[in-house]
Amino acid sequence: MYKNALDKILDDTGKKTLDRRSFLMLGAAGAGSLLLAPGGAQAASRIKSSARIVIAGAGAAGLAAASHLANKLDGAKITLIDARKEHFYQPGFTLVASGIKQSPYVVSTTREYVPGGVELVEERVVEFDPEGNKVVTESGKPYPYDFLIVATGLKLDYEAIPGMDVEQIGNNGLGSIYHSPAKAEATWRAMSNFADTGGVGVFQRPGTEMKCAGAPLKYTFVTDDYLRRRGNRGKAEIIYNANNKALFSVPIVHEKVRMLFEERGVKVNYERVLESIDLGKKLAVFKTPIGPVELQYDFINVIPPMRAPDSVRNSPLPWQEGGWAKDGWIEVEKHNLRHKRYDNVFAVGDVAGVPKGKTAASVKWQVPVAVDHLVASIAGKESEAVYNGYTSCPLITRLGQAMLIEFDYKDNLTPSFPGVIAPLEELWISLVMKTMALKPTYISMLRGRA
Amino acid sequence: MKELDPLVFLAVFQEMLGPLLWVLILLIVLGTLAFVGLLLKEKTINSRRLVRAELAGLVGGGLALVLMAKVSSSGFTDAGGPADWFLIALVFGLGLAGTAILVYTFMGWRKPVGQ
Repeated sequence: MYKNALDKILDDTGKKTLDRRSFLMLGAAGAGSLLLAPGGAQAASRIKSSARIVIAGAGAAGLAAASHLANKLDGAKITLIDARKEHFYQPGFTLVASGIKQSPYVVSTTREYVPGGVELVEERVVEFDPEGNKVVTESGKPYPYDFLIVATGLKLDYEAIPGMDVEQIGNNGLGSIYHSPAKAEATWRAMSNFADTGGVGVFQRPGTEMKCAGAPLKYTFVTDDYLRRRGNRGKAEIIYNANNKALFSVPIVHEKVRMLFEERGVKVNYERVLESIDLGKKLAVFKTPIGPVELQYDFINVIPPMRAPDSVRNSPLPWQEGGWAKDGWIEVEKHNLRHKRYDNVFAVGDVAGVPKGKTAASVKWQVPVAVDHLVASIAGKESEAVYNGYTSCPLITRLGQAMLIEFDYKDNLTPSFPGVIAPLEELWISLVMKTMALKPTYISMLRGRA
Repeated sequence: MKELDPLVFLAVFQEMLGPLLWVLILLIVLGTLAFVGLLLKEKTINSRRLVRAELAGLVGGGLALVLMAKVSSSGFTDAGGPADWFLIALVFGLGLAGTAILVYTFMGWRKPVGQ
């Protein structure tokens, strides 16, 4: 498919006399939409239905699901429930924390993406009752459903790190890129100060599943590059602490990152999970196989454990056994996102208990599959749509360059442009896709148009 | 997997450029029509004008690279491999060709041959 698509782009480019600005955007946008989009316009004919569909959570996954459902169904009562009025373009957080973009770049409003005919309830779901086919919001109001899509996202569990105080992000060498746009910007200030002075930079990732597992690596690379550009790399030590024995879950990518870290002089510790932190003393304590290990830092990027939100964890929806039960990820069939025990429930996005990728690219590929199965159920048919675990990660390796890594459940690399854009090569074009094309593609995805 | 839909590209461009997209499309369409119209009217290529337009095109190519650097928060100096050199050549080449055609057309209609 991709080869055909590329041929088509080149073909189209040749045929049309495009202005230079659209010319230079063409490649990037085309590539970006390939990264995020499984392709395909909406089904031409809409299915008539009076089904009540509740979508819990209006982030990337919830909004995309609402748009796809609204496109496919005629007459269904679709209710989107989320208390947060702001919408965050989370793939941009690392750019904000790297001083490449300002925080308004990642902030918009939920309401502007809500499709016509879909009701937005600005409340939080506090209870899931899949036996009774209803959810209950914080005001106590029940929302009965025929089908439920859980897209609540996840919880950044800062409280699980004793000593951590999110209010202090940006001060005293404490950074945390995931917390919020404002804290991503505060993290940039703290990292920039560190790049001016040098010292010990400590980087880590949590021992849980996490969204965008490339981000901790990216931020390590970017910090290294700022230190070099400001002539202070010699005054700094950079330590990356992996939670297990790998830097990345895909073995071939792990090897590449290991080589790059070695080349850049980044010291790597394996099997270290941040256990507690003393912000005053700038001391981080890690859990290791040989007992607690202390690390003194001048700058640290804290990435907290990530878990399903409490409302999901306290419901019957999570995995009942296995590694994902503890953190409450929802028990879904990984190829179609349908709940394994409740036929009329789907989970998409971060909260889904599937092996790979809690990213926007995963959402883009999951949502059409889940929606296809849901709509097929309404129509009394079987869907053949399959999600193969595809996700992508433009892994920034220095300012101005990234590796365009795409992979699936099987740890296969699935490059969109084989032979043109090598997945394990540090390239400007890969960064161009990240900075230029991904956000427009993401927004199109929210609107159900990509 | 389904086939890729051109509408997806249109949607992405629309998000990227906003109303500018339609201005650009208009410019492309009108520019092309004006260029073809000029060729049909003159039935020849004016080499003196062409050389000037190509010189302007060089500047246009340079501007395209500068614009690219601005909107991508990076630049061609970050090139790391063959795909990047291809992108640089593409951006410069398209900037050059687009500008040259527009300038040639503009000059031609403003001051036709023989006047």
